[in-house]
Amino acid sequence: MAGNAWRSTVSRVVGAMKSQASHPRTFSRGLQTVTLIPGDGIGPEISTAVMKIFEAAKAPIQWEERNVTAIKGPGGKWMIPTEAKDSMDKSKIGLKGPLKTPIAAGHPSMNLLLRKTFDLYANVRPCVSIEGYKTPYTDVDLVTIRENTEGEYSGIEHVIVDGVVQSIKLITEEASQRIAEYAFEYARNNQRASVTAVHKANIMRMSDGLFLRKCREVAENFKDIKFTEMYLDTVCLNMVQDPTQFDVLVMPNLYGDILSDLCAGLIGGLGVTPSGNIGANGVAIFESVHGTAPDIAGKDLANPTALLLSAVMMLRHMGLHGQAKKIETACFDTIRDKKVLTKDLGGNSKCSEFTGEICRRVQDME
Amino acid sequence: RSCLKSSPVLHKQNSSPQPPPAKYGGRHTVTLIPGDGIGPELLNHVRELFRFSCVPVDFEVVNVNSSVATEDDIHNAITAIRRNGVALKGNIETNHNMPPSHKSRNNLLRTSLDLFANMMHCQSLPGVQTRHKNIDIIIIRENTEGEYSSLEHESVSGVVESLKIITRYNSLRIADYAFRLAREKGRRRVTAVHKANIMKLADGLFLQCCKEVASGYPDIQFDSMIVDNTTMQLVSKPHQFDVMVMPNLYGNVVSNVCAGLVGGPGLVPGANYGTNYAVFETATRNTGKSIADKNIANPTAMLLASCLMLDHLRLHDYANMIRGAVLTTMNETRLHTADIGGQGTTSEVVQSVMKNIQSGGPLTTEQI
Repeated sequence: MAGNAWRSTVSRVVGAMKSQASHPRTFSRGLQTVTLIPGDGIGPEISTAVMKIFEAAKAPIQWEERNVTAIKGPGGKWMIPTEAKDSMDKSKIGLKGPLKTPIAAGHPSMNLLLRKTFDLYANVRPCVSIEGYKTPYTDVDLVTIRENTEGEYSGIEHVIVDGVVQSIKLITEEASQRIAEYAFEYARNNQRASVTAVHKANIMRMSDGLFLRKCREVAENFKDIKFTEMYLDTVCLNMVQDPTQFDVLVMPNLYGDILSDLCAGLIGGLGVTPSGNIGANGVAIFESVHGTAPDIAGKDLANPTALLLSAVMMLRHMGLHGQAKKIETACFDTIRDKKVLTKDLGGNSKCSEFTGEICRRVQDME
Repeated sequence: RSCLKSSPVLHKQNSSPQPPPAKYGGRHTVTLIPGDGIGPELLNHVRELFRFSCVPVDFEVVNVNSSVATEDDIHNAITAIRRNGVALKGNIETNHNMPPSHKSRNNLLRTSLDLFANMMHCQSLPGVQTRHKNIDIIIIRENTEGEYSSLEHESVSGVVESLKIITRYNSLRIADYAFRLAREKGRRRVTAVHKANIMKLADGLFLQCCKEVASGYPDIQFDSMIVDNTTMQLVSKPHQFDVMVMPNLYGNVVSNVCAGLVGGPGLVPGANYGTNYAVFETATRNTGKSIADKNIANPTAMLLASCLMLDHLRLHDYANMIRGAVLTTMNETRLHTADIGGQGTTSEVVQSVMKNIQSGGPLTTEQI
């Protein structure tokens, strides 16, 4: 049964889960439920595109659409609507489009809210060169795994005296261990050969030193995976000269933010880069990391590739490798063919035409 | 400091401080710190080249042993630099497995001498094959504070806090340096790199200071960009950047990305300027342990750094002569060292530079 295979895959892939007791699944006709958050701007149209492609591929996914806005809960704390939270807690898998962060809205960014609600501690971005979308860098095939809860983004800042500000970077043993364990589990489950810890322990001896120590400890339990450590500046230097030397990279928050965007730039930008967020308690939310593009929203011009590749990542996470490969191949073939491409990829087709082309290829593969 | 001054007005017109007066016979004395890895051999080549070219510079060599725990060596070096005013250095290795009390010697040097501005001019060299051509970016990085404040503590077991300090004084100072340099060199745009959307107070203060200084330079366009977007833009469209100014850590990242874009760590020289002192080194500050003493290191970065030093000492003729010879050598692909895809040795490159100087310039030691 697809359900049992999926469950065992999740428990392997997600790694150390604190609570072993998860909610019993209710499956109807072998379908997996996925919470879909269309998002703002071009979000709804690219979500529709992904749903259409999945339907054409006959993927066993049942979409549960929910909207996420910030609402004030009891006690004045900002939170997401209960329907959205309940749906995600039950399905454990989410696919999310871009969410806009209104300036001066009084509430934190929606992405931050989601991260805090589901304790999304790992941000995973596989960066693979897309054949057919030429960039100066070919043969890129690496994964950046970024600790997503602490580090430089803890948001703890103070004005010491007028004109002197301090910002606190927080590194804890627990979070470092958790992310290191996830990185090695990911490497093992996806047949990756090595994990590299990226740090600046020569300057930030205690904080990055702690992070590095934890990575080394976890590496001891994964002798089948090669573990190396490299300074952040050396990684940057080598990355732009020869990205093929890197495999899986694990790092704290800020370095992860910069490096994951650097790697996205190598393969063509945020419009074609997938991303996944892994949380405690087995929750995983896959998302496109580009913006809401309000200037082209509603005009059928958007490129659904990023969201589609994130959905493919989601299928792999769920153990549906066959479906994932089929959809991914259809997408890459369409891009390589160059006949039907959206404007940002260098063509002048509409989003619906691009989607239609991928659907046609998927159906042809049956 | 921050209370007394609202804007650091440096009473010198140029962006680099006045060099010390020449000593007897018109010769300058410069502190030389060999460092570790490829530092000693490259600096030996610099000395060899200076002797050959009759450059009126004498080097006072101060060795810094990076393996001992005491800080005497680095303090001797700092004293020597205070005395001479100018230094040329290789990178001193930092063993990051030592306890936090063992601080980075390089960092100690920069903060003690208040070398607040790190300047790196990234230019594509015509003879070197890279994915992007014709890059010309100046990166100005705040060199003393930010994430490199070395203020860390373990508040609770298993929880470490590291402090990033941003001050108004230093932010204004570096922004001022950036704009004055841009004006001096006829550059038209300054971009501030930050992450103020997340670090609202710290990077927010930095950005605000940059904006304040920008208002005093209406002839220069000012804009800002978030650091992750910056790295993404650098690998896809690097030609949009002109002069960039940023706090310490982002400077580390961006300067390494740019060095990689123009061909690697062996090609780009760097300079650290303070109000009273200047220290020159390679831009990406690599120790190069794995290629040390094998005669394969690329001497270009260090040779060009020595030219920056000669410019600083107002010995422009010598600087241009050596720089021209180095760039001519770079055009010969068969002399390229391994890091830029060739098979040449360090000594071959240096010999070629000397030959170019001999055939083009004033009398050398060989001809006297």
